[in-house]
Amino acid sequence: METASIVILMRIHVDAEKCQGHNRCYALAPELFDVDDYGNAVVIGDGSVPAELEDKARLALANCPEFAITISE
Amino acid sequence: MTSTENVNADFTPVTDWATDFDHADPQYNRNAHAIWAELRGTCPVAHSDRYGGTWLPTTYEYVREIAYDTENFTSRAVIVEKMIPPDPAPIGGAPPITSDPPFHIEARKLLLPPFAPKKIELWEPEVRTLCRGLLDSMMADVAAGKTIDAAADYAKRIPVNVISRMLGFPMSDEDLFLEFVHDVLEGIDDAPEVRFVKIERLIQYIVSQIEDHVENPRDDLTSYLMGVELFGEKLSVEHIGGSIILLLIAGIDTTWSAIGSSLWHLANNPDDLARLVADRSLIPTAVEEFLRVYAPVTMARLVAKDHDFHGCPMKVDDWVLLPFPAANLDPEVFPDADKVLIDRAENRHSAFGLGIHRCLGSNLARLELTIAIEEFIDRFPSFTLGGTEDDVTWSVGQIRGPRELPVRVLANK
Repeated sequence: METASIVILMRIHVDAEKCQGHNRCYALAPELFDVDDYGNAVVIGDGSVPAELEDKARLALANCPEFAITISE
Repeated sequence: MTSTENVNADFTPVTDWATDFDHADPQYNRNAHAIWAELRGTCPVAHSDRYGGTWLPTTYEYVREIAYDTENFTSRAVIVEKMIPPDPAPIGGAPPITSDPPFHIEARKLLLPPFAPKKIELWEPEVRTLCRGLLDSMMADVAAGKTIDAAADYAKRIPVNVISRMLGFPMSDEDLFLEFVHDVLEGIDDAPEVRFVKIERLIQYIVSQIEDHVENPRDDLTSYLMGVELFGEKLSVEHIGGSIILLLIAGIDTTWSAIGSSLWHLANNPDDLARLVADRSLIPTAVEEFLRVYAPVTMARLVAKDHDFHGCPMKVDDWVLLPFPAANLDPEVFPDADKVLIDRAENRHSAFGLGIHRCLGSNLARLELTIAIEEFIDRFPSFTLGGTEDDVTWSVGQIRGPRELPVRVLANK
């Protein structure tokens, strides 16, 4: 049996300066984003996106009114 | 700074929206989508001499640019009226919405925690119970075959009840709050001395509530504001009162309008109603689409410095309206912008504003709007307009939504 190697292809980032707490990413992809006590978004963990959540990450990016989310692939 | 020169003494109906618009003309909100579409194509920054000089940008790009530009535009007054309020920047009369940087973020940080998503989620059961109670009280009319008023007897009642509970104000004063909201947001065409008396009445009421909280502290937003510190000191009564005015005024008319417009849409679009009733998984995208298309809030700024804005000579103390709903309908940004697509997945709308003044209550507004729609269509899975569009009345001023919305229930549970 081969050793499974997880290759992270996608990573998300929230620009804290741009985020104004619209809360769209947390509503759409709570597996990837959390909110702090002020309601501002933070990425969960190191921002790595499992393959099955890539569509959700893109959806969160496309719904952020402040263009605060970026994705690196 | 404050001047009443060049202000029209009497309201006259608008004949040319590009050069003489007035958002207090009842025709403005009734025909807003057509007016914005026309202006966007012909005159993307309209101007009017009314209110001492007012600009109206109608493209997403321009609205966004102004929302982010806190150097050239000040928030110290956010409701266009005939006389500019005297409260100076950077605090303004109702912090933090009337505050500018650098004071703004400090005042805002005080209010963000109680309105953060995880705090607001806790209100869901109460809002649901409230909606069901309001629907219960409509059943007799429904059973008798009468029309119901989904704006006055449902949409309006939800936010006024929630915010009075949050602030710890007597719920028996709900009708008074509605008068205050009307005075502040729809009385913009009042003479300055009339407006002053009305605003003074609101301030006196708030002061009396603060005094009551001094004597009887309790677990609510008013007591919270009286307990927090800014720069190491308790807030002044003016600051507390201003923030309460903000929460009371901004929390009611806006959500009422969003709920009313959404129900107006469903009353007029049976296919969308049937789809939502059949497939609840569409509710989240439908709510965002209703927020995009029927965004209730147009904010305002004052020009802080003389400058040229894309060819428009903006002068200090000119008003600038920020019609987020017009931005949301810009076809340059939203595909099929004029179509209501309740399954629109990508929806970067700006219903709650853009930049540092993002609506503080957006999480609460979304909760109330979502539950209000869910409960209404649960109870009334089929309904239509109970009359013609002439029987629907629309608000006047910067908050847009139906004020009377006759609905005929075709099926109920």
